[in-house]
Amino acid sequence: MAEPILRLENISKSFRRPGHAPVQAVDNVSLEVGRGETVALVGESGSGKSTLGRIALGLLAPDSGRVVLEGKVLRELSASELRQARIAMQPIFQDASSSLNPRRSARELMAQALPEAKGSVDEQAARLLDRVGLSPGRDYLARFPHEISGGQRQRLAIARALAMNPKLIIADEPLSGADVSIRGQVLNLLLDIKEERGVAYLMITHDISIARHFADRVAVMQRGVIVETGPAAQVLTSPSHPYTRELVAAVPVLAAPEAASIYR
Amino acid sequence: MPRFLQRFLAYRAGLAAGAYVALLALVALVTLVLPGVDPHQITDHAMVAPSAAHLLGTDELGRDMLTGILYGTQVSLAVGVSAALGATLLGVLLGAASGFYGGWLDLAVMRIAEMFQVVPSFILAAVIVALSGTGLTQVVLVIMLLAWPQIARITRGEVLRVKQLEFVDAVRCLGKREWEILAAEVVPNAMAPVLAAGTLVVAQAILLEASLSFLGLSSADIVSWGRMLNAGQRFLFNAWWMSVFPGLAIFLTVLAFNLLGDAVGSALNPRTVTR
Repeated sequence: MAEPILRLENISKSFRRPGHAPVQAVDNVSLEVGRGETVALVGESGSGKSTLGRIALGLLAPDSGRVVLEGKVLRELSASELRQARIAMQPIFQDASSSLNPRRSARELMAQALPEAKGSVDEQAARLLDRVGLSPGRDYLARFPHEISGGQRQRLAIARALAMNPKLIIADEPLSGADVSIRGQVLNLLLDIKEERGVAYLMITHDISIARHFADRVAVMQRGVIVETGPAAQVLTSPSHPYTRELVAAVPVLAAPEAASIYR
Repeated sequence: MPRFLQRFLAYRAGLAAGAYVALLALVALVTLVLPGVDPHQITDHAMVAPSAAHLLGTDELGRDMLTGILYGTQVSLAVGVSAALGATLLGVLLGAASGFYGGWLDLAVMRIAEMFQVVPSFILAAVIVALSGTGLTQVVLVIMLLAWPQIARITRGEVLRVKQLEFVDAVRCLGKREWEILAAEVVPNAMAPVLAAGTLVVAQAILLEASLSFLGLSSADIVSWGRMLNAGQRFLFNAWWMSVFPGLAIFLTVLAFNLLGDAVGSALNPRTVTR
């Protein structure tokens, strides 16, 4: 099998707080994301999935274990090598209102990510903004994050991530900050990008229905441990672990005729 | 409604303070460039009470009090503003590095800051100035040395808050260097309370300069409010105007910078500001 884009090997991380027992947030977790593959990391809040995401991004050092990005072990890289290597993966955070510097306009935010040599920054930025549905992109360049809606902010964050031409996008609850009405749109945008660019995703979510729509493979995390992993269809239709069964069962399924009968 | 009233009053006070400070700056500039007026001019009219000829009276050597106070503005503003700028620069550099990088650097900077903060500042200033000489540069350096820790502490706290916001991690993932992230992303978002505190340092510096001058720890060649106050206190019962007017100048100026600092602080508060 070809070298996966991201390999997490036996990652452990615990947090110590004064006066409390240490919390084992991630316990000996291994996970791979292949090139162009979409992996959903599913679990309830506090299961350690966000911590694992931050470790994968190289933003948090694990207590033990290795993060291997395109064959390179992050921990073994020098500071400048790490800066070079990590641009291959880009994060999309839950709340774009905190993941974009409030003092920077869309133009500045995009310019931070765009290569200077490649033609006019404005032009490239506008094209990317157009691509994520902020069109016409030119009109958004002078806007500040607080001047646009939550969904638009998330699109801006996605456009900026795309400007880096990432091979892997690590998205931590990318839809939770958005209005219910536009979640579908953002989700479709992420799917289109996947098709267009062959980018791989590590999608961190508590929402099993998103995993169902989106993922090739699903990993289920509970209390710092991955309890089940496998192809999305298999894990979500015939879950083997009791926790996965619980999660799947918890998704409200509207059986249309019965639901309608209530209002008859 | 009372909240609204409070805000309105605070805003107006800030506005008035700003206007007063602008006036001071104008006076300092005008007295600096105006030829032919000597605030040290000795006349026969010693200790004349306020009158049409001498609006604020004269001192024991017949020098006009109003002229002295107007010329004293130069010293107060120069000392206050340069000390505050220096202290803010030093405090922001040390505080930002301390909060951002943490570790031994943080420990070292904070222990040094505490050292300066636990020493009674006025006594330390008096000792340093007495030992090193009474020039304005010494006074400015002493005030800088005493005032940077408060700026450093505020900056550090803000940097600690800002550095854990998600956009910092997002920029880190763009492959930026750590010092670039600190300078371009974290510090600009940490400046609001620092600027407010910096304005308050101006008031402290003016007061400290006046106090040192009052004790005679300043050069006799320099016209300063503190020095005038010093001269006046010997004649407090014969010539009240020699003490009251310089004191009033100090009081109003310190008050103005305090109000301005508060106004700057609330105006820059992200919860009240809209771009």
